[in-house]
Amino acid sequence: MDFGLSEDQLMLEETLRSFLADRVPIGRVRDLRNDDCPNNREIWRSLAELGMTGILIPEECGGSDLNLLDACLASQSIGYSVTPTPFVSSAVMVPTALRELEHPLISGWLAGIASGDIAFGIAVTETFSIREGAGIAIDQGELSGKAMMALDICSADLILLAIGSEHLAVIRADAPGLKKARLITTDATRCTSELILESVAPEIIFEDVGKTIARMLDAGRIALAADSLGACEAMIEQAVAYSKQRKQFDRLIGSFQAVKHMCAEMISELEPARSLVWYAAHSFDALPDEAPLMACHALAHVSEIGHEIASVATQVHGGIGWTDEHNVHFWFKRIGVGRSLLGGPGLLRERAAEIQGLAKSG
Amino acid sequence: MDLEYGQRYEDFRREVRTFLDKHKPKDSPGGISGIRRKKLVEWLSLQIDEGYWARTIPKEFGGYGAEPNLLETVIMDEEFNRAGVPRGMASQGASMLVPTLLEHGTDEQRQRWIGPTMRGEVMWCQGYSEPGSGSDLASLQTSAKEDGDDFIINGQKIWTSTADKSEMIFILVRTEPDAPKHGGISYILLPMDTQGIEVQPLRTMSGDLGDNSFNQVFFTDVRVPQANVVGKRGEGWRIANTTLKHERNSLNSNSEGTILKLMRLMERETTNGVPAMASPVFRDRLMKLQARSLAMKFHAMRMVTCSLKNENSGVAGLITKLRNCQLNFDISALAIDVMGELGALYEHTEYERDRGYWQSHSFFSLGLIIGGGTAQIQKNIISERGLGLPREPKPAKS
Repeated sequence: MDFGLSEDQLMLEETLRSFLADRVPIGRVRDLRNDDCPNNREIWRSLAELGMTGILIPEECGGSDLNLLDACLASQSIGYSVTPTPFVSSAVMVPTALRELEHPLISGWLAGIASGDIAFGIAVTETFSIREGAGIAIDQGELSGKAMMALDICSADLILLAIGSEHLAVIRADAPGLKKARLITTDATRCTSELILESVAPEIIFEDVGKTIARMLDAGRIALAADSLGACEAMIEQAVAYSKQRKQFDRLIGSFQAVKHMCAEMISELEPARSLVWYAAHSFDALPDEAPLMACHALAHVSEIGHEIASVATQVHGGIGWTDEHNVHFWFKRIGVGRSLLGGPGLLRERAAEIQGLAKSG
Repeated sequence: MDLEYGQRYEDFRREVRTFLDKHKPKDSPGGISGIRRKKLVEWLSLQIDEGYWARTIPKEFGGYGAEPNLLETVIMDEEFNRAGVPRGMASQGASMLVPTLLEHGTDEQRQRWIGPTMRGEVMWCQGYSEPGSGSDLASLQTSAKEDGDDFIINGQKIWTSTADKSEMIFILVRTEPDAPKHGGISYILLPMDTQGIEVQPLRTMSGDLGDNSFNQVFFTDVRVPQANVVGKRGEGWRIANTTLKHERNSLNSNSEGTILKLMRLMERETTNGVPAMASPVFRDRLMKLQARSLAMKFHAMRMVTCSLKNENSGVAGLITKLRNCQLNFDISALAIDVMGELGALYEHTEYERDRGYWQSHSFFSLGLIIGGGTAQIQKNIISERGLGLPREPKPAKS
């Protein structure tokens, strides 16, 4: 029995964290928010050189064919440094889906992700939540309709698109008839868009692949939970560090029980959540029957504790934490928007109840 | 990561299961008072003979004498849990005194007390807290004055669980009044029938005066031989801290079974003909609690792994008591809510559900949030030892 990380996994985490601290420090993130899209392709390519984009890609396509737990350690490190990059979409969800499908183009796309030459965006929101009249229809092999809150579209070459909850399509990001409009959220480190399709010719359509879509969503939810977990971890570290240097009433504020107890509450919520995310990621590969439930619980639970940690860690900083000049808001917003994506806690918990037969589905 | 136990351990699991199928008591394995005590001693002795209790305690001290093996312990706990019977006995003698004697006692003390304690023949209570010394335990004032080969004890202890049913007490007393606060305390064993000891029951908020009784204990000129000190005179604080560590480990109850019990309740309970489980509001709360419970379950697996690898679990190892006690309290709150107005029933009323389990569980969980180091003391420990935050400066002496 070993519920822990291997030497290789610890090394992966260490490598990525020191790379991101060095190459994408918070000052760089602050600059990137002024770009049209924060997802900088150089960062994506550097992550590829480190082997991060190919974690879930087969070796014959240039990847390392590791497990979701490995991908989650990377995702957590990326969340820790609030790096703008399409990791959850392009390095987790897209490879998870494409590997289960068959088509001559797929191995080239996977190789492109592993090498950093290709980045995907995804538009799958309508598989779990239809709003603003969104939805994509197929008519004589062409796609029309609307997709909301599509992820990482602006800097993508290709888009993996859900049609209802049973079919998938891959379209080119520059396909004729596709209109993309960035939807600005509070989080400047992520790219979200609205897509309008008018008779777009897809590269390919995969029909009746509901199971693949569900599996892709599970992987995405677990990896997104890891991203938020990493951001929470960073916020607690910053709050603790600040309370060890900030003085009021002639004392370090960290010596006041009020502040100590805020920090103790945060860390005591974070550590079991870390264990839950590890288990969820492990179950995805080793205990697939458990994975759908664990994916829902992991993301919903991390979203709940994240809401509290983001708020409390900011409060420990006092007034400066509420300014744009201080950096802590980047993490606050990353956690906040992460909570809204891929379902949101209420929807995920209802799904968790359905999976266990405790609520009627549909 | 590998959650398989391997063949050797699966064989062991089967052995435990076979034992339980054959020997598991049909009803409660007995209590600590009256005729039930005899059944309890028989059941505990059988478990020791088969190696499922006192497993790693040396044979010469009345144990089974196996090498410590954490996975075996985990498997035994899982299987006894599944069978719905306690493994061994939850008592302060077994969980706190025995580990302390193994670490600090003389061979004579070990031989005399460990076997009978593990078999349930001798029950112990713990004399630590005093009316004026709760969280600030080291300020305790119960005194032990030297008188020839003896000490004479005067003072008062409080929150003393099972004092009225125990044969023995392990107690912290001040033997060196002129030494600094933490350096003047000794750890002493004495029989509860010693002249000068008076026990007064203290009714808890749950109204409980049964096996979980709560008491005050008064000491008036109580004479005890100096040979009953565990460790050295004046070292009681350090010794007690090893015991407190054992107590915190033993308060980490698993909530998985309670969540299952709550689910069954929510499927059965109906209001206006609608089952509680059909209410989206109750279901959402249930799912929130289930996620917290799973997180604690996997966290325990992670902590077991840390121990197996001899890794320091750091701050992650300090948070279990704080989170589990609050979780258990919140689980009982949902159970009480889903029963509507009938959730308020208590004291074996006709319509009470699960024989009053939920209100009792709620009171008991609240008690554990306070007992064994309050949640606030836990947070001080987590932030100071786990996160390295500075200690609160001591107020200037006036």
